[in-house]
Amino acid sequence: MINYIIKRIGIAIPTLLILIAVSFYLMHAAPGGPFTSERPLPPQVLANIEAKYGLDQPIWRQMFNYLWGVITEFDFGPSYKYHDRTVNEIIGHGFPITLKYGFWSFIVAVGVGIPLGAIAAIRKNTWIDYLAVGVSIGAQVLPNFVMAPLLIIVFTLWLDWLPGGGWNGGAWQYLVMPVIALSTSYMASIARITRSSMLEVLNTNYIRTARSKGLPTKVIFFRHVLKPSLLPVISYLGPAFVGLITGSVLIDIYFSTGGMGYFFVNAAFNRDYSVMMGITIVVGSLTILFSLIADLLYAWIDPKIRY
Amino acid sequence: MSLIDVKNLKVEFETADGIVSAVNNVNFSMDEGKILAIVGESGSGKSQTVFGMTGLLDHNGSATGSVKFEGKEILNLSNQKLNQIRAEKIAMIFQDPMTSLNPYVRVSEQMTEVLIHHQGVSKSDALKQSISMLDAVRIPDASNRIRMYPHEFSGGMRQRVMIAMSLLCHPKLLIADEPTTALDVTVQAQIMKLLADLQKDFGMSIILITHDLGVVAGSSDDMLVMYGGEIMEIGKTENIYASPTHPYTQGLMSAVPRLDDSEERLVTIPGNPPNMMKAPEGCPFAPRCNYSIDKCNSESPILVKASNDDHFRACHVSKEKIL
Amino acid sequence: MIVANKGKIKTMAENLSESGPGRSLWKDARMRFIQNKAATISLFILLSIVLFSFIGPYFAVWSYEQIDWNAMGSAARVGMPSIESGHYFGTDDLGRDLYSRVIQGTQISLMVGVLGATVAVIVGTLYGATSGYLGGKTDQIMMRIVDILMSIPYMFVLILLLVVFGRSIGMLFIGIGLLSWLDMSRIVRGQTLNLKNKEFIEAARVTGVSDFKIITRHIVPNLLGIVAVYATLLVPGIILAESFISFLGLGVQEPSTSWGALIKEGAGTISYDTEWQLLFPLAFFVVSLFCFYFIGDGLRDALDPKER
Repeated sequence: MINYIIKRIGIAIPTLLILIAVSFYLMHAAPGGPFTSERPLPPQVLANIEAKYGLDQPIWRQMFNYLWGVITEFDFGPSYKYHDRTVNEIIGHGFPITLKYGFWSFIVAVGVGIPLGAIAAIRKNTWIDYLAVGVSIGAQVLPNFVMAPLLIIVFTLWLDWLPGGGWNGGAWQYLVMPVIALSTSYMASIARITRSSMLEVLNTNYIRTARSKGLPTKVIFFRHVLKPSLLPVISYLGPAFVGLITGSVLIDIYFSTGGMGYFFVNAAFNRDYSVMMGITIVVGSLTILFSLIADLLYAWIDPKIRY
Repeated sequence: MSLIDVKNLKVEFETADGIVSAVNNVNFSMDEGKILAIVGESGSGKSQTVFGMTGLLDHNGSATGSVKFEGKEILNLSNQKLNQIRAEKIAMIFQDPMTSLNPYVRVSEQMTEVLIHHQGVSKSDALKQSISMLDAVRIPDASNRIRMYPHEFSGGMRQRVMIAMSLLCHPKLLIADEPTTALDVTVQAQIMKLLADLQKDFGMSIILITHDLGVVAGSSDDMLVMYGGEIMEIGKTENIYASPTHPYTQGLMSAVPRLDDSEERLVTIPGNPPNMMKAPEGCPFAPRCNYSIDKCNSESPILVKASNDDHFRACHVSKEKIL
Repeated sequence: MIVANKGKIKTMAENLSESGPGRSLWKDARMRFIQNKAATISLFILLSIVLFSFIGPYFAVWSYEQIDWNAMGSAARVGMPSIESGHYFGTDDLGRDLYSRVIQGTQISLMVGVLGATVAVIVGTLYGATSGYLGGKTDQIMMRIVDILMSIPYMFVLILLLVVFGRSIGMLFIGIGLLSWLDMSRIVRGQTLNLKNKEFIEAARVTGVSDFKIITRHIVPNLLGIVAVYATLLVPGIILAESFISFLGLGVQEPSTSWGALIKEGAGTISYDTEWQLLFPLAFFVVSLFCFYFIGDGLRDALDPKER
């Protein structure tokens, strides 16, 4: 197990470095720096500004400085557009918001998806199975950007139950629609994956053995069926997490929740490279960390992986 | 009183293409302390017979008829009631030891859960008993190996684990569904020897399902030959071996390769097992039978006495013609 | 979004490589596909949508750029769908004809989907086949690279790409395509590895069948099935990605449009009683996606030898 963890971390670190290098290189390959697009500045002023941001140094030097700052002081540098704010401040403002509704979306996707799929598998060919299958097929074509306006039409415009946007410190009324919009398609995928893998497990010889041992249904389900059924779900958690964090960008825009996605898109429009890069690195580290956790969870359940 | 008494057992499966009848009117009984072999090709319904008896059919299967165990009806009992019989009175081991043990659960847990559930013993007691049972099936270093996962055992060792697990509650009846089919030939012999020894030590009965006549000859008291979901011949193993009275049994016997035979070609039964989708009309073996007469295709033969000592056969053609 | 049915595709791949291609694989598959009602109906609807996007413009009264000054700014009162005004699907807030714009959006979204999938399929197949064929250390390194790329949130990188290299449709589909080949390469690699060691390939080799014939007779047909199914499921995935980016306003640029951009516009104006601005593009989007998924599923079932 220890070997596996070391090996797995051995992949995670280069991944992160590659991500940083690629995004850093992309920024600098961009035609025109952040300060050339405005009114042409006097060359002396421009040189001063570039010196202030370290842009006059060779690119590998800049990258090294940047990396050093990120690793040692968790410092992502200043924003190129908002001269009074650092990237750290922007992330510090947006991150907790994204984390809050992202966390709940993840809980809903997993907490509803797995039981729904499991019930559908156990009660195969009953109305609840058909319902679950129907919902998961439907939700496949209802991504977050379709769910979001539909939810607003229903809950804000027709029923007038929920506010159509804003954050308000994350009060539940402001949380409901972002969470539903974000989690629905992943919940559906998880339900579908759980259902099909559980059906497969229920047909295995070892479940017949468990039944032949006269164990109560509950014991069979929790000890013998559940774990192996969850393996494909666990492999899906990594991609689902990436999907959720990607979708959060849209949620921030459409529901004006003010998370990291809002700043990312704004930065994209303003060519505020340092903010884009800071957010990309934070998000990248998170997904890499998460897929690491998911892999370790997988290895913990499947004894054959622990080499 | 016989230990188990099966009357008119039928097993059917509902599939997308229609109803498949896997087992048709099977009748037999066995006494305590005996070994009964059920013999037949794959798809002859031998496994489904015992799955039907113990309520382990797939969800689309159903069984009708009567199965009396120690005089009490057990067919189609609720799962709860069946669970009091399973493992405690009737235990099972299966064909493929690779897939019959849960690969995600430690052997210790898979074994102790049987004792904890059925006898309510403590975890440590259950572990002790499990280890001694592993010793009994001659697994070396049992106290350490019990903590391993199934994939860390070899095929033969895994089957030993299965056997140990099935014997934990000292069942009256052990149903062994092709216990040696998936194993190497040398390991097969070891496992059969082990089963025979354990049968004596524990004084239990065994229903041994197999397609290997070599296995049957040395190890069973009675045998039952199945084809197309129906019983072809049933009787004492020695009697059937001495004089098989059914064309199908004869075919099976002559298909066994023998070293002392000068004939070079391997004898086979022409044709394939029947398609169970078609409603069985007449004798299922008729299309492949050398002796078949018109009646065989229209009328299903019933079991009739073939000799005096409990030897029955289901065939329209008279015994004398076949012998 | 794109990982829709990976598990099932994997089992299909296993089944395919186990049985080897029968002579009548594709003929059988066509038969079974036709028998699958959901898939056939989906194919029919999808073809109708494609056809509509080509024929539709001939019936349009307004072009997609033309502004109906009457409807501009008062879409809620004047711009509703009607036959008389020539705005069959109504207008947007700028007074542009939604019928023409939906047609244009359909063309662009489908094109991005198909071209993106093509890029992904070509890159993924070449990469995966090379990796699987070469095997050994090279294979390990190539697949490790895929592992690494897979754990990167690619939408952020894609947006970065779009910002850095400018937003254009070309950039968009190259970007999405280049980032969607990872799954494809894994599947193709697994399949190639499987095939390389199969008895029927070995048997063919032993009996003196030429390499070229082995590849065309055995390897290609086996890969084709899996590639076809995966490509069909990839198209809606890429349409989703494109729509997502366009919804953020970072994708297709005015005056061009796409389903995502139209849905964004419609979604932005839902509080002004102009729900048709959302519902028409949404309907096209949802129905087409449904069709792609059903066709993909149908193809998979049809091509999977175990499902027979």
